[in-house]
Amino acid sequence: MITNIIPVTLDTLLSKVGEIFLQKYRLITISCTDLGEYIDVLYHFDKNYEITNLRLRLERGQEVPSISSIYFSAVIVENEIQDLFGVPVKGLVLDYGGKMMLAEASPKAPQANCPAAAPAE
Amino acid sequence: MPPAYCLMPIMFTFVRTLFRNLSRKPATRTYPFTQREPFANFRGHLTIDPAVCIYCGICAKRCPANALVVAKSPKSWTLDPYKCILCSYCVEACPKKCMTMRPEHQRKDA
Amino acid sequence: MTRQTIIPFGPQHPVLPEPIQLKLVLEDKKVVGAIPSIGYIHRGLEKLAQQKDYIQSIFLIERICGICSFLHSMAYCQGIEEMMNVEVPPRANNLRIIWAEMHRIHSHLLWMGLLADSFGFESLFMEIWRCRETVLDIMEETAGGRVMLGVCTVGGVRRDIPPELIKKVLATCDELQAHFDHFIPSILNDYSVKQRTVGVGVLTKEVALERGVVGPVARASGVVMDHRVAKYGAYANFDVEPQIEQDGDCYARSKVRVRELYQSLDLVRQSVATLPEGEFNIPVKGNPDGEVISRVEQPRGEVLYYLRGNGSKFLDRMRVRTPTFANLPGLLAMIPGCELSDVPVIILSIDPCISCTER
Repeated sequence: MITNIIPVTLDTLLSKVGEIFLQKYRLITISCTDLGEYIDVLYHFDKNYEITNLRLRLERGQEVPSISSIYFSAVIVENEIQDLFGVPVKGLVLDYGGKMMLAEASPKAPQANCPAAAPAE
Repeated sequence: MPPAYCLMPIMFTFVRTLFRNLSRKPATRTYPFTQREPFANFRGHLTIDPAVCIYCGICAKRCPANALVVAKSPKSWTLDPYKCILCSYCVEACPKKCMTMRPEHQRKDA
Repeated sequence: MTRQTIIPFGPQHPVLPEPIQLKLVLEDKKVVGAIPSIGYIHRGLEKLAQQKDYIQSIFLIERICGICSFLHSMAYCQGIEEMMNVEVPPRANNLRIIWAEMHRIHSHLLWMGLLADSFGFESLFMEIWRCRETVLDIMEETAGGRVMLGVCTVGGVRRDIPPELIKKVLATCDELQAHFDHFIPSILNDYSVKQRTVGVGVLTKEVALERGVVGPVARASGVVMDHRVAKYGAYANFDVEPQIEQDGDCYARSKVRVRELYQSLDLVRQSVATLPEGEFNIPVKGNPDGEVISRVEQPRGEVLYYLRGNGSKFLDRMRVRTPTFANLPGLLAMIPGCELSDVPVIILSIDPCISCTER
């Protein structure tokens, strides 16, 4: 079971990530899960083989701020979340505009459970 | 740890291998003409004994690749060899143990 | 100001086994920047895993990567076992280590061959790949598949290695060691090889930490990180010492992997020597519920599985973060400043596995 989960909100996310960055944590990845009612975002950080997680609850249609200005390695995974879940990420250092994993003709937001989450054509 | 002589600076490091290979047979086989005996445990292709099969369809339900189609009436058991991933999960699941995983690769002409 | 040229590198390129594109920004022959574009082989495996039951998913997950497949299934099974509170029999744990370390050997050999190929040493490439056949053959004989072993399952392993095959595994280890001693001087000491690898694609420790690289790439830059130290599975019984190099160039990355080859051989032998008798598989009842993070050290670095069950046989979420995914930002830091002709060697030195990255 996962221990060490710190809940964050959209407002406190960036300051908390900044705090963790200063403590020399390494960003492992960001996991995004579409639970139907809301989207659950987990930020995994590692230090000395111990995982620390930040949990963010994201309502439908909400934008998530990018942490790529703090951790550059978040660029790829945030672009992936933007592509596959249709969650807009704001402030990406390198923005592929939803075309990193997907091509022009591919289905929109394939991992989102609710079709309404897909951005309009 | 690599042995010490692996770390000595040598100029023509590959010459040894070269002379060794000159006196040896090729490592490869002329494949379709000479074939290696298959290992007994290898998962090569799936076969069924239709006399034992009770057409329960458990194998088709378990198949991760949806390669099997089983029908009760008329009795049929169909395997799509291009979909089959040779995991032998169906062989383990079969209540009658009527399927076997053969060690040879399936040949088109066989 | 020098004129800048942008040239595409890939998605099809002789050194790339899998498609990835890097847009290289050049000033004369010097590369000053690189922008990756991936997405050529996104297969939607994470989505598909949510539509298969948790046992069927094992076979799917093995196919995430065509090289470190067993370690993927091992990481996944460890996660599910933790979720369902299943205690794996000790024999199964040791058998897993044997196959996992064999996979590491075959993956590192594959990488070394490709590296030799990338700087044009074709005969070394063939020599290494011939040695790799030995590992593949013993895996075929013990597990029933050459790369897709399909032996790991929730609650243990699906096959036992009988005593006569155990002897053969040990004999293969000796054979492999003799092979290694033969070609490793060529990789480490050969003048022409050194010219292509020493000082090329340097990644300093600070940048390595900041970009979050993993595996041999991180270890070659002096970062002490090897998840086997965290004692998962039967690694609890063995002491694994991370192989560290300080230089951070392509040569250091080859050195780390060379030493890991010998280390893996040693671990196979230790695991065989301490192989306990008894069950290798226990039946598992029920469905996974809850969420779990499982991490395993793969040949390329640490892999993370985030699994979320809901009490049914289907998982709510199966998330994989593969090592190459974490190493890509590091690659972007290695490339600027190098010559165009060094780019293939640098890309190969992180051991890219693009199908893993995109799943």
